[in-house]
Amino acid sequence: MTAGPDTGMPFNILVLTCVTYVALLFLVAFVAERRAGIGRARWLRSPAVYTLSLSVYCTAWTFYGAVGYAARSGLEFLTIYLGPTLVFIGWWWVLRKLVRIGRKQRVTSIADLISSRFGKSNLLGVIVTLMAVVAMTPYIALQLQSVTQSFGVFASGTPEGWALPNRDATAIWVAAGLALFSILFGTRKLDAKEQHHGVVTAIAVEAVVKLVALLAVGSFVVWGLADGPSDIFRRISQSTLADWQLQPDRWFGLMFVSAAAVISLPRMFHVMVVEGGDEAHLGRASWAFPAYLMLMSLFIIPIAVMGLERMPTGANPDMFVLTLPLHEGQGALAMLAFLGGFSSATSMVIVEAIALATMVSNHVVMPVWLRLRPDVAMTGDVRGVVLMARRVSIIAILALGYGYYRLSGGSAALASIGLIAFVGAAQVLPAMLGGIFWRGASRFGAALGLIVGLTVWAYTLFLPSFGNDGMIPAHVFAHGPFGIGWLRPQALFGVSGMDPLVHAIVWSMVLNASAFALGSIFSFPGPVERMQGAAFVNVFDEDQTGPQGWARGKAEPETLLMMAGRILGEEAALAFFEAEARRQGKAGFLPDATPEFVELLERRLAGSVGAATAHAMISQIVGRAAVTVEELMAVANETAQIMEYSARLEAQQDELTRTARQLREANEKLTQLSIQKDAFLSQISHELRTPMTSIRAFSEILTEGDLPPTMVAQYGRIIHDEAIRLTRLLDDLLDLSVLENGTVQLNLGLANVQTLLDKALAAAGSTRPERSFTILRDLPSENIFVRTDADRLLQVFINLISNARKYCDNPDPELKIAVRQRAGRVSVDFIDNGSGIPKESQAIIFEKFARLSDQSRAGGAGLGLAICREVMANLGGSVSYLPGQGGAAFRATLPLRLDRKVA
Amino acid sequence: MSHVLLIEDEPNIAEAIRFILTRDGWSVSTLDDGAAAVAAVHDQRPDIVILDLMLPGRSGLEIVESLRADPATHGLPVLMLTAKGAGREREAAERAGVSRFMTKPFSNADILASVRALAGR
Repeated sequence: MTAGPDTGMPFNILVLTCVTYVALLFLVAFVAERRAGIGRARWLRSPAVYTLSLSVYCTAWTFYGAVGYAARSGLEFLTIYLGPTLVFIGWWWVLRKLVRIGRKQRVTSIADLISSRFGKSNLLGVIVTLMAVVAMTPYIALQLQSVTQSFGVFASGTPEGWALPNRDATAIWVAAGLALFSILFGTRKLDAKEQHHGVVTAIAVEAVVKLVALLAVGSFVVWGLADGPSDIFRRISQSTLADWQLQPDRWFGLMFVSAAAVISLPRMFHVMVVEGGDEAHLGRASWAFPAYLMLMSLFIIPIAVMGLERMPTGANPDMFVLTLPLHEGQGALAMLAFLGGFSSATSMVIVEAIALATMVSNHVVMPVWLRLRPDVAMTGDVRGVVLMARRVSIIAILALGYGYYRLSGGSAALASIGLIAFVGAAQVLPAMLGGIFWRGASRFGAALGLIVGLTVWAYTLFLPSFGNDGMIPAHVFAHGPFGIGWLRPQALFGVSGMDPLVHAIVWSMVLNASAFALGSIFSFPGPVERMQGAAFVNVFDEDQTGPQGWARGKAEPETLLMMAGRILGEEAALAFFEAEARRQGKAGFLPDATPEFVELLERRLAGSVGAATAHAMISQIVGRAAVTVEELMAVANETAQIMEYSARLEAQQDELTRTARQLREANEKLTQLSIQKDAFLSQISHELRTPMTSIRAFSEILTEGDLPPTMVAQYGRIIHDEAIRLTRLLDDLLDLSVLENGTVQLNLGLANVQTLLDKALAAAGSTRPERSFTILRDLPSENIFVRTDADRLLQVFINLISNARKYCDNPDPELKIAVRQRAGRVSVDFIDNGSGIPKESQAIIFEKFARLSDQSRAGGAGLGLAICREVMANLGGSVSYLPGQGGAAFRATLPLRLDRKVA
Repeated sequence: MSHVLLIEDEPNIAEAIRFILTRDGWSVSTLDDGAAAVAAVHDQRPDIVILDLMLPGRSGLEIVESLRADPATHGLPVLMLTAKGAGREREAAERAGVSRFMTKPFSNADILASVRALAGR
């Protein structure tokens, strides 16, 4: 332990600052929890907070240890940052899948993920929990050690001589404080989803503090001690670090292990999947988290080099971040560095403790308790028991860490403990990745792989870490157990000469993955397992329904409510049941215990007590421990039959609805037709009577005689005109009738549109011949040959042009004719520059007698457009009104080639 | 000489009625639009109004209703003509207060008799 001169700040100020900082964290967590409680916590769930919370990856080991690591082994420390960087940038889709699964299945921990995936197996949950506890205990001890060490650095140099009479006392205070924080903010409530806003926010604050601290120390080293970056580079190349040689095996091994750790460390899984749960945030974190890591690693080498240069020989490089500023008389900076290290350690311990406690309580305590008191799901206060189990677990985990710290004597270098933990955590990787990508992965395989991996890890790395002749006798190291040479812990299968760490990584991972794969291939997954496998692997397929495990179980909703109340709390359970009842269309608090509902309830409970426990508890009520294949097949058959039956019913129902609708439509049509017929007859009567009136009156006048010859001629002409008008009306009526009945004889042949338009314009010239009409045409575009009935088409053209001549009210009337050919159809637009047709009338102008202005001015009986419409329909085309063209605009469309009249 | 106001949008029919009544000694003025009808009645103070049911501008029924609502024209004899012969139109016309209702086509003698009867001659 090296101390700086007494220029450092007094130790009691350090303690004061430290206590203030901790109080601040409590406050932050408290406020965040409060705001989340009243639903005003959107910023708490922002991508920034998410990314910062991921920084629990950077523990005291990274904060202090990286410099020590660099001082000892050069650039190798970088692998610890490169692994996660690769994962977040290149493998974010794996993370995304994990996050999606976590959200859908309400996963509470990494042990829960594995257990849930492999058929809600509690055995797997226990294995993963055990492994996590074993691997993480030294790691937690490491954090306690670093905090104690950093206290010591300050203490030993103080004039007051407050030299920490008992360093273990410091560690125990720290451990107790952390336990208190974790319990306060990690086990306040038992939520459907394990989310602790207070903890996450405090972690985010600590993430900022440690980054700022490290950057500050780094900046001081580069610009305060050295002469800027170029000077630092010169010093680096002169230092021993420059002689560092890359060892490819260690380089890749470490990178792999840290990449695996960032997914499989319990605390990383906790912040990434359990606390997070927003895939969009993950997208942001995929570049922001690597950026954070890069900043954290930026000044490691300069600090290491400067520390080696300036600090007395024998100084612990693991403490350079702290001792270097202290040595240089920068008390405040050292203080900041201390807080940075303190933050790193505390945030790691808090999250790890919560994550591990969740695992221990859900996978060890609860199942045992349920086994011991099977009636408890109904009678006991499950919620209270779960929370108490978590609290006790947190204390136990910290106690374990403290115990390990005491036992190991705090001697081992920080980095090696961290790496051992990484390799241990990485053992989950095959089961986890296999579980989410390979439907064939089975519980047996996963258990086998985990046990094999864990054993190899313990034998080759963890136990040897206690030193030669520590946990493993020296002769075993040298000759293997019972003298079996190929079982030597650091030379398995006779492969010697490897770096012990790489040796452990390679063998544990290879054997783990092989056991997992072979075990999966040669075992038969159970039904729940298969369905969970499908749900996990195909998590991105929408609308998948969960396992129908409760299809034939019987459960009283009231019983379920009582149990749910014990886990979720009375209020929450009542609210949940009431909402479900309403969704089923029932009043009150008790929904029917349908399989869907029980399934939903199980998932909801799984969010609090883990999948396996929730499954077990529901089993007790529903009265079925597990689903067998036979039962499942029966259920499947039943379901298929029901589905078939209901499909048939549905088809019949559809048929009936369709028929009813058709009848209704037909009836409406008939009524409509009847009304139309009456109106039509009335109209025809009017149209016929009007010319008749003139004819009758004038013929009576003429027969009475004694009229001057001029008047005889005039009245004779009126009779003649009115007779013609009658004839034309009758012609139109007949024409329309023929067209409407579809009995019209079409005279198909080739016709040129341009020629037809010429003819039509000439013929329509007789309508209001006194007006000079400007016709705008584009002759080349009109030169199209169509196969149609030319006379009929001409009839339509004449009608449309005549209408324009009749109704266009512009003093300088203009008619634009535009012809276009597209996709085998020809359209001819007639657009005038009048005031057009009002919107409300556009719909009726094609109806019979829908004349908008009075007859005497327009002439004709008001059948023109109705006839046009029928003609165009007979020609396989249509005529329609084009709105928004300035004036009245009609478009006639017809096929380029009309082959034969279609119906 | 009694005055007849003839409101009819079909020019040929208007000409026929005008001829028949003029020959009988009536003074006849014609109007082909419903909108101006009421104003023309107030201007010309005719003894009899002959009115078509379907008119541009304003329907014959509306014109009758507004004539009947005005004390000055309340008792003015109105002869209504229509080419729509249905009973429904006749009822509507009588409700509106027309003095006499005739369907087209009509005989010249009938219309002359109707006008004379309305004028009390």
